[in-house]
Amino acid sequence: MSRGVAVHWRLIPQRYNLVGTECKNCGEKFFPLRQLCPNCRRSGDVREVKYSGEGEIYSYTIVHTPSEGFEFMKPYVIGVIKLVEGPFITAQIVDCKPEDLEIGKKVELVFRKVIADGSNGIIRYGYKFKLKE
Amino acid sequence: MSGRVAIIGIGITEFGELWDQRYRDLITKAGTKAIIDAGIEGEDIEGLYIGSMSPGLFSGQEHIGALVADYSGLIGIPAVRVEGACASGSLALREAYLAIKSGEMDIVVAGGVEKMTDVSASYATVTLMGAGDQEWETFKGATFPSIYALMARRHMFEYGTTIEQISQVAVKSHDNACLNPNAQFPFRVTLDQVMRSSLIADPLRLLHCSPLSDGAAAVVLASEEKAKELSKNPVWIRASSTATDTLALHDRKSLSRMDSTILAAGKAYKKAGIKPKDIEFAEVHDCFSIAEILAIEGLGFCGIGEGGRLTEGGDTALDGRIPINTSGGLKGKGHPVGATGIAQAVEATLQLRGDAGKRQVKDARLGLIHNVGGSGATTVIHILEVD
Repeated sequence: MSRGVAVHWRLIPQRYNLVGTECKNCGEKFFPLRQLCPNCRRSGDVREVKYSGEGEIYSYTIVHTPSEGFEFMKPYVIGVIKLVEGPFITAQIVDCKPEDLEIGKKVELVFRKVIADGSNGIIRYGYKFKLKE
Repeated sequence: MSGRVAIIGIGITEFGELWDQRYRDLITKAGTKAIIDAGIEGEDIEGLYIGSMSPGLFSGQEHIGALVADYSGLIGIPAVRVEGACASGSLALREAYLAIKSGEMDIVVAGGVEKMTDVSASYATVTLMGAGDQEWETFKGATFPSIYALMARRHMFEYGTTIEQISQVAVKSHDNACLNPNAQFPFRVTLDQVMRSSLIADPLRLLHCSPLSDGAAAVVLASEEKAKELSKNPVWIRASSTATDTLALHDRKSLSRMDSTILAAGKAYKKAGIKPKDIEFAEVHDCFSIAEILAIEGLGFCGIGEGGRLTEGGDTALDGRIPINTSGGLKGKGHPVGATGIAQAVEATLQLRGDAGKRQVKDARLGLIHNVGGSGATTVIHILEVD
């Protein structure tokens, strides 16, 4: 189901520029953005922080049976990336052969088209990762 | 402190692609069987809790509590839908248990139902992914098989778990499903067939994945006083517990263990005053074969990282030390998500009554059922026993 523009527009800072949050109290960093530090709750206070987009592969899989809207990409790689700043995120890993993938390999952020709502709908962009040379 | 709560009636439909049956047909059929099994009348029922993950997306139908009460001929009674993704059924069971435990009600029905085959497989995949994080997992193209594949890869990396060990879970589930007349897949598969089935999300293959299924199950719960009055073979709920974890997999402390299961299991064992080794059989949430390995580790049937070897050694087979998923599990029996937790309660009740036929665990008196929502953001555990 396609939803309104605002759903995607309000997430642009995070999806385009990897903006997350950091707790001013305990210092733990989060991605995506959270209004509340899950460790400190009311005694914490969060501020925005932009991540470098550098990280390493923590786990990965090659998707052969895609979700609706991703059929044209198959097979594609979904990974959990450990960012150098600490948080883990789920993202596609692109521009690589499956056999080149390995847990621990360094990756860096690339900005790509993610999915389009049909031929007339909204085109959504965001972060993906590629192996670092 | 109020008295105990018992399961006094069970009902289940066949599981599978049931094209000739509607959502409301399935739950009405399961509920009727449970009520007949309990030997009660509709007038005796004081409340209804229905576990269902996503009837809105699968069938366009919400307002399930009233619908089920209506089609069951129970108009007037309190009826509530309970949702916790694939753990919806067990959460409904727990709500029904708590309603009796609170002293508010004496006889309550807990049901579970899902009708998943009216939509395309890719639409069903998106719908199920609603159990994950829509903004930060689904948006990137993650599917549930891929989420569990990320866990499997990590488990293999950290503990040396092999794809053969993971595949053995599916082989065992199918062996047991052959003995269950309601199972969706009552046929055997070999290790070789599992390992050569088509890739879904590497390293997970088709035969590591539970299917899309239609089906329903229901149980009648009663207070201790009512159970003793009405039932010759009550199955007592010795403990009920649930725990949560982060919605998205990537926010977890570990990808290679299921912390909500570890937490819920600890609470359940403490409430029951028992240890994992006291459990004689268990129905666990094997939505993907790796999930059963994470489950038996989290439940303490072996150490963390040892689940693959336990399975390979035959300990979890029907004639093993701790039989797991005698029903065939989600893999062999089918996985109509909202029905699954209740179906597990039905299987455990059959085992504890000694009515499980060819898949009977000899002299079973204490069993556990374990139901997971999403990638482990919710776990619900019940420990069941007979006097």
